Amino acid sequence: MRSALVTAVMAFILYLILTVGTGDILFWSSAEIVAGILLSIVAGIFGRKLLFKNEDYRMLNPKRWIYFIAYLCPFLVAMARANIDVAYRVITGRINPGIVKISPGLKTDLGITMLANSITLTPGTLSVEINEKTNDLYIHWINVKHKEPNIEEVCNGFPKWIRRIAE
Amino acid sequence: MMIDTIIYIFLGIGVFFNGLGSFGLIRFPDVYTRLHAATKCTTFGSIFTSLGVIVYGFYHWHVDSASYGVLAIHAFIALLALVITNPTGAHAIARAAHRSGVYPKRAVVDKLREGDLSD
Amino acid sequence: MMETFFIVAVFLLIFMIFGVIRIILGPTTPDRVVGLDTINTLVIAAMIILGAAYNEVIYIDVAIVYALLSFVGTLYIAKYLEGGL
Repeated sequence: MRSALVTAVMAFILYLILTVGTGDILFWSSAEIVAGILLSIVAGIFGRKLLFKNEDYRMLNPKRWIYFIAYLCPFLVAMARANIDVAYRVITGRINPGIVKISPGLKTDLGITMLANSITLTPGTLSVEINEKTNDLYIHWINVKHKEPNIEEVCNGFPKWIRRIAE
Repeated sequence: MMIDTIIYIFLGIGVFFNGLGSFGLIRFPDVYTRLHAATKCTTFGSIFTSLGVIVYGFYHWHVDSASYGVLAIHAFIALLALVITNPTGAHAIARAAHRSGVYPKRAVVDKLREGDLSD
Repeated sequence: MMETFFIVAVFLLIFMIFGVIRIILGPTTPDRVVGLDTINTLVIAAMIILGAAYNEVIYIDVAIVYALLSFVGTLYIAKYLEGGL
């Protein structure tokens, strides 16, 4: 019940953002608000098992959202470095690829997803496969320095941040 | 004009990185390195071209009419959808490539192939 | 300002041709999927740019839907290549 309610409220907020500027009750017309309420109730009923699996409400804690916004700063810096790195490799063609394995030690699905996406967008690494029992990630590394890397080399301190956000 | 210069810089950076990603798609030798170029560079380039549009929209919202503000907000939502879906799609393609038997060329190490994943 | 947006859109169109070349050449099927994925990203970027150039919000709404649907398409092709479909 609670998961359906939270999903409906989030869907309604997204609907309001997408229909801003249609009328004069604040920013919305009355027809849009009624349609939004009905549609978000339907979305909440059908989507209640997708957003909050196993009745798990840790992500509603605002502290985690503040950590997430703070995490964007080192992430964007790493992303800019990644692009300059790829630019260098596109122009010179100097690559030394390989697939390595790391054990980040994260437990939740959300944490692993965030880490895999962050790894894909940051310097020289691309997540390929995951072992779902032990949560080990297999990573394609464009410039292999060691065959058994430690975590810091591959994902520059992201697991610490993600443990604070999602665990 | 200050704002115009900022928009030109954003659009320039975006076009440069989008071009780099597409060029890397031609130049690199195998599917994984091509994914590196295609995913990172086109995501970064699209972030910057969309940032140009968002700055343009918010500036003209202030000056001209409210429809430009709607433009900026929708561009932000589209950007968000792009940034969330793009690395996930790259991950799916990489996994499918490895499972369908395309292995990295010139690889110095391939832990996944010699590893213990049976499925 | 409008001319600048059109020039950027033409550049993105030229980059899409690189993706088409990769789809034609690409020795394996995953290579072709990478080309298609790149073209999808560039189409979304070009739609946002054109929406600003013509000052039409509907272009950007189409870009949002296109982003989500092309993502689902990529996932299905990947699933098919793995042999799970």
